[in-house]
Amino acid sequence: MNREIKLINIKEEILSENKGLADKIRERFEKKKVFYLNIMGSPGSGKTSLIMKTIEALGGRYRMAVIEADIDSLVDSEKVAAMGISTVQIHTGGFCHVDANMVEKAIESLPIDELDLVILENVGNLVCPAESDTGAFKNVAILSVPEGDDKPLKYPLMFSVADVLVINKLDYLHMSNYNTQRVMKRVKALNGGIHFFPLSCETSDGLAPWISWLEHEISSIRA
Amino acid sequence: MHELSVTSSIFEIVEKHAVNNHAKRVVAVNLEIGALSDLKNEWIQRYFDLLSAGTVAEGARLMITRVPAVFRCNQCQQLFEIISFITEELLCRQCPSEDIVMISGKEYHIKDMEAEI
Repeated sequence: MNREIKLINIKEEILSENKGLADKIRERFEKKKVFYLNIMGSPGSGKTSLIMKTIEALGGRYRMAVIEADIDSLVDSEKVAAMGISTVQIHTGGFCHVDANMVEKAIESLPIDELDLVILENVGNLVCPAESDTGAFKNVAILSVPEGDDKPLKYPLMFSVADVLVINKLDYLHMSNYNTQRVMKRVKALNGGIHFFPLSCETSDGLAPWISWLEHEISSIRA
Repeated sequence: MHELSVTSSIFEIVEKHAVNNHAKRVVAVNLEIGALSDLKNEWIQRYFDLLSAGTVAEGARLMITRVPAVFRCNQCQQLFEIISFITEELLCRQCPSEDIVMISGKEYHIKDMEAEI
């Protein structure tokens, strides 16, 4: 007997379940008036360094916590915890990015009522984290000078989903042919609303505008 | 590994619709994925085969249509496609302004599926 083949309409977003969960996380942080930031970038681009510089600058004024995601290690969370900041470690167990489900579990162990700012350090790569909504209010991508100025050409998705691009390791500029203007022009065409912060976590040059942007975001969520 | 989480979501949606429609077997699934995605068709299919083994979706073929990366110029409203982000300048093809906005290329969408009822 021939069975009937039927066309079943689906019309669903593949990532809708994760998006739904991410929206719930955003709502929860919004209610608690806690600003939640997702930081993405390659291994070695300076994600942990930027977080540590941010803790140094804002730790005295705001109550902060950091969610550290790693495939399988504690190195970054130990560095952050050593600065006296609440830290939750997510081990993605081989997964190349953090999804909303992992964040939901991680925030269970955070004292949300006693916080002003939560920073998620995503798994280091420029591909997978761009595809997964973590529930953060803002997404920050870091691209460091030694990685080369062609990265927006190779990983356009990451640079098109980020709200902020931090160009780190400006202190390396003099020994490379990295063209900051070229990067910003290219990324602007992909993503018109993006904010740029060229800086160096090593020398602290350019950190002030990043810190004031973050302070502005923290106060907007409280208003 | 990268394709696994997206493929798990595809499988869950397919299985849900198969159950709702009392399907005996899913034959094919039509997906629309944006050109900016780095997901590889071959790996999506491989992971789907692993996830669907022993289920109503076992053996289903994933038909993946890539949605082109299309930009619109904010100055002259011209639409144009970027095929290679590596070699092409991000400029309007007509005027040539840099004030452009991406209007497609980031889709992750399941359109429909063919199933034996």
